[in-house]
Amino acid sequence: MTNINLTSTTVTAGPTAPSAARPPRSGRNQGSRARAVKRAKAISLNGFGLIIALVTLFPIFIMISTAFKPSQEIYSLTPNLLPAHPTLSNLTQVMSGKVSGIGTVWLFFRNSVVVALATVLIASVLALLASVAVARFRFRMRTTFLIVLLIVQMIPGQALIIALFLDFKALNLLDSLVGLIVAYSAQALPVTIWMLRNFVATIPKELEEAAAIDGATGPRIFWRILFPLVMPGLVATSIFAFITAYNEYIFALTFLGQTHSDYTFPIYLTYFFGQHGAEWGPIMAASTMYTIPAIIFFLIVRRRLVGGLTAGAVKG
Amino acid sequence: MAETIEHEVGLVPGRQRGRPGPLRLRLATFVRRHKLAPYLLLLPAFAGIALVVLWPLVQVVIFSFQNYGLPQITGALPTQWVGFANFSTTFHDPEFWLSLRTSVLFALVAVPVTLLLGSIVGLLLNRLGKRMAVFVSTAALLAWATPPVSAAVLFYWMFSPDGGVVDWALAKLPHWLVGSTNWAQFNWATNGALPAYVLIAVLVIWQAFPFVAVTVLAGLKTIPAELNEAARVDGATSWRVFWRVTFPLMKPIYLVLLLLSVIWDFNIFTQSDIIASLANLNEYNLSLYIYDKAFTFPPSYGLGGALALILAFILLVVTVGYVRASVKQGALT
Repeated sequence: MTNINLTSTTVTAGPTAPSAARPPRSGRNQGSRARAVKRAKAISLNGFGLIIALVTLFPIFIMISTAFKPSQEIYSLTPNLLPAHPTLSNLTQVMSGKVSGIGTVWLFFRNSVVVALATVLIASVLALLASVAVARFRFRMRTTFLIVLLIVQMIPGQALIIALFLDFKALNLLDSLVGLIVAYSAQALPVTIWMLRNFVATIPKELEEAAAIDGATGPRIFWRILFPLVMPGLVATSIFAFITAYNEYIFALTFLGQTHSDYTFPIYLTYFFGQHGAEWGPIMAASTMYTIPAIIFFLIVRRRLVGGLTAGAVKG
Repeated sequence: MAETIEHEVGLVPGRQRGRPGPLRLRLATFVRRHKLAPYLLLLPAFAGIALVVLWPLVQVVIFSFQNYGLPQITGALPTQWVGFANFSTTFHDPEFWLSLRTSVLFALVAVPVTLLLGSIVGLLLNRLGKRMAVFVSTAALLAWATPPVSAAVLFYWMFSPDGGVVDWALAKLPHWLVGSTNWAQFNWATNGALPAYVLIAVLVIWQAFPFVAVTVLAGLKTIPAELNEAARVDGATSWRVFWRVTFPLMKPIYLVLLLLSVIWDFNIFTQSDIIASLANLNEYNLSLYIYDKAFTFPPSYGLGGALALILAFILLVVTVGYVRASVKQGALT
């Protein structure tokens, strides 16, 4: 506490002090004072960081805590942060499918994962090819294509969904996971191409040129040199595509109406919620089960994901 | 041209030039001679985007000038061109203007708060020690990683009057701070548009600020440390260093962040749809209004198409700004 007070006084003293007041260690007294200021600064920064982190984590904490609370604790007028008598009954109810009435949670989890993995596969292959074209070749229409990508990225899903709904209806792709995979893959493409292009562009061209001089052909250069180097980027974009598909709501809401067994996890969750609005225990249990895979995925690749997304955002 | 792989390969003396060979080789030669490689590489992705994004977009434009609805789908009535009727119906609907106002106000609040909070956290992450920085950025990542549907359901629960933690906490706070509302029983979802959209705004900001923070942090890392140090040696305060050194260098990043946030917050659908449908909310934002017009029985794809065009037109300004900002940053080189 005293340290924090100290910071505020010395920091406000800072600007009034002439610039010459900070020569390297002009005296023992000043040195220890500067160290104290530094420490106080570090403590207040860390305190601030701690508050931000805890506030940010709080909702997730509440979700998990509610998932393990028996119902009399959930509706108590003085909520406890932690369950006083933790129970697994919410989870088992969700897993057995008893509460939702349309199936066990695993079915919807499987649907979501299948859709997301298929999206990753399609989007990664198409985007990798396109990104090599854009990053390594100069050709007519290149700029046009890049601008189309930027614009497509900005088109809101609500604008397309009406036409897509009618097209998919005509093609019998409604109430099917295939329709979702098609929509999600196309939706993921612009950002994936853009991100991968930035990755490809960072790989020194000299490597490929050297291989070419040694007589390697285009495909060989691609598989032996470019592909291994772009792999980290591919992982990052795959995760991006996976999360986009795993989280998606509006297309799934519109395309999956009739057959409950085709629901993806978010649609199951909202259906469940709509039917049994006040059953917070099971709902939070299902919600936790839906959230945790996404979070784990994010954390495993956190460095690459952040690097990848910001490569897209910072450079793009 | 000299830098393309294909050209380099072509330079290799005496190989494959015009020599008849198996089909594969001849094809490869054809591709090389006409410089088709980039087009072939682009084709699958472009076909996907064209079929699933560009063609539907054209269809939406066509619908918006037609009376396309349920009877037209079943074939009971023929589809007719109706000119600008869908647009004039829309512009004469007071509900359209209300929902547009809601969307604009929402973006006006959510975008600056997200950018400000994200910047503060980004700057903080840049100055924290390693362990603390990892902790804070992990916490932020968790908020970002939470699927929007989970987050919407979760926040609805936190703000619920029966056992929700927010109402409980607000009721504990002194009246001079939080007003004299009876917070313990306060229902955020059924007290009109304002509380419901406040709830949605808190939710959206919670999920969106980590992206801003991480992007700002990445931008800060690209600024050479010597610049900041030089300014500090010259006696500049942190505040001055930020506004005179850091911010000017980060301007392009902020422009992109601003435009992306405007688009995202203006279009917010998932969270508002879940909260609004749970709350039986009648006050739509523009996205909900479009969806409702297009799909709620009786569906009117013509009206929905016209609304989608109006939305696209509003966002055109932002999109053009985004494309220009990207081009200026050398994104197309």
